[in-house]
Amino acid sequence: MASATQHPTQTHAEVTRDVLATLGTPTRGYYILLGSVAAALAVGLVTFFFLVKDGLGHAGYTPPVMWSVYITTFVFWVGIGHAGTLISAILYLFRSPWRTAVYRATEAMTVFAVMTAALFPIVHIGRQWIFYWLIPYPNARFLWPNFKSPLVWDVFAITTYFTVSTTFLIFGLIPDVAAVRDKVSGWRQKVYGMLALGWKGTDEQWRHYSRAYLYLAALATPLVLSVHSVVSWDFAMGIIPGWHGTIFAPYFVAGAIYSGVGMVFTLLIPLRKALKLEHMITTYHFDNLGKLTLLTGCILFYAYGMEYFVAWYSGNMFEQTTFWRRAFGPMWWAGWAMIICNAFVAQLLWFRKVRENLTALFVISIFINIGMWFERYVIIVSSLGNDFDPWAWGLMNPTWADWGILLGSFGWFGLWFTLFFKHFPIVAIQEIKEMIPMPRRKGAH
Amino acid sequence: MFKAKSVPGVLGSFAHIDSAVDAIKGLRARGHTDLTVYSAAPNHELEEALEHKISAVRLFTLVGGLTGVSAGLAMTYWTSLDWPLLVGGKPIATVPPYVVIMFELMVLFGALSTVTAVALLSLRKPTTGLAYDPRYTDDLVGIFVPCAPDRAGDVESLLKQAGSVEVRRAA
Repeated sequence: MASATQHPTQTHAEVTRDVLATLGTPTRGYYILLGSVAAALAVGLVTFFFLVKDGLGHAGYTPPVMWSVYITTFVFWVGIGHAGTLISAILYLFRSPWRTAVYRATEAMTVFAVMTAALFPIVHIGRQWIFYWLIPYPNARFLWPNFKSPLVWDVFAITTYFTVSTTFLIFGLIPDVAAVRDKVSGWRQKVYGMLALGWKGTDEQWRHYSRAYLYLAALATPLVLSVHSVVSWDFAMGIIPGWHGTIFAPYFVAGAIYSGVGMVFTLLIPLRKALKLEHMITTYHFDNLGKLTLLTGCILFYAYGMEYFVAWYSGNMFEQTTFWRRAFGPMWWAGWAMIICNAFVAQLLWFRKVRENLTALFVISIFINIGMWFERYVIIVSSLGNDFDPWAWGLMNPTWADWGILLGSFGWFGLWFTLFFKHFPIVAIQEIKEMIPMPRRKGAH
Repeated sequence: MFKAKSVPGVLGSFAHIDSAVDAIKGLRARGHTDLTVYSAAPNHELEEALEHKISAVRLFTLVGGLTGVSAGLAMTYWTSLDWPLLVGGKPIATVPPYVVIMFELMVLFGALSTVTAVALLSLRKPTTGLAYDPRYTDDLVGIFVPCAPDRAGDVESLLKQAGSVEVRRAA
């Protein structure tokens, strides 16, 4: 296993060589992975075809649960994206050097996760061909969208988040794409040359670029906190018991980062081995990511406890009943799955040996992924299913159309990520080089 | 295919950062202030030697952000008042729920204007026609000194004296 070093020990030329080696001829394993994610996407597309052809009746919507797996999965994927922006933007502002080795992969994960999430409102609305009604323009009677609605806030938040995250990713890639351009030949040089947008690394280009990168990070930092807050308000602004809580914004933001870091583990642990990047993405980075997971896991633990406490302490019968049924009602298994996978499993990360054991981290990350999907499922489905009037109580059972779209979303995300890491540097070449002092003729600095 | 006319001058390559800094200082002392320095990553020693001012990108960011806030406020107020519709007994137009839209548009416009600024400001000093070496995105620092052929000899000797690993003329 690679040693846990804080700073890279290679020379500039070695960094270029090692990162560009990941863009070499794809192996059979790569094609198997590509085929697998394409197959998963195909399942999603076939399911979507039937949803468009026949309507949402294929999905498991059962009154009063008219938001279910699609909205659950929407929130899941938006949350995944948050760890990427935290690592690429917030840790950049805090000058945390350990982010450098992992931020490109996490930022790409962010963009593809938000691209995946953005599909779900479209799937969920039923008449997908009029999805553009979500865009703020007046209807035939010149009536505009209701800007007081959290759902409209969400359209703005997700659109801005997607645009800014994509801009941040592409902007960060430009110097690295230029480095690729200068090392390859033939048609690849022409393609990377066009994508490099004339970048040559001049002092003038760096002068503007460095400042712009700082400001983009400064803008992305409050954005990432706002986006999942706005997503949480899709629920908290409603009066449904189990949703109407002031704790929701920080609770959702912490959960988003927790789930996102979980996905970072799931993606990066096998990827660093497959791409032979063990000397660049070391146990030092995973140790730090583990601490971040522990912190957000503890915030979640507190939020889970506080939700139950507030429900009891409020004296509100509806809140109390909802939370009682969340733990001991017909969906008890989902309620406990979320608490065990998120609040309890994270506590293992108090131990350094666990944080530095990549097999353990990978297993924990799978628990996190499952637990965080269930968290959203529980919040949405169990709250809607336990409305004010017991006569109206009901539960939904996911159908093949729910699972098909869920599987397809992993295929869609996986396809983009798999194509990305084989065509673009998955480790930020120029930022790693910035950390390595250039050789000096006159000795030490 | 269009090919830019090359700028006459001298291109020096450096493997050591202190040599490059010495060369920049020496060239600037001799009046060569229109230098182009290539590097694989931003470097504070090079920036100090070049005595650059802070980039004007921040102005674009500020203007973009303020435009976004204003656009968010104007759009939400105007659309609400354009067809007043009472929903749930709440005010027709009010700031608190619109803060979200204003904030998101501030970030959106601010970010896009920041990136636009880099493109526009970089155009002020184009790189077309300037001598370049692909190793500058790898592990070397390059200094291109535009100068007339009669001054190229002096520049070459200065670059070599500073520790350049390679010097060549661009015509």
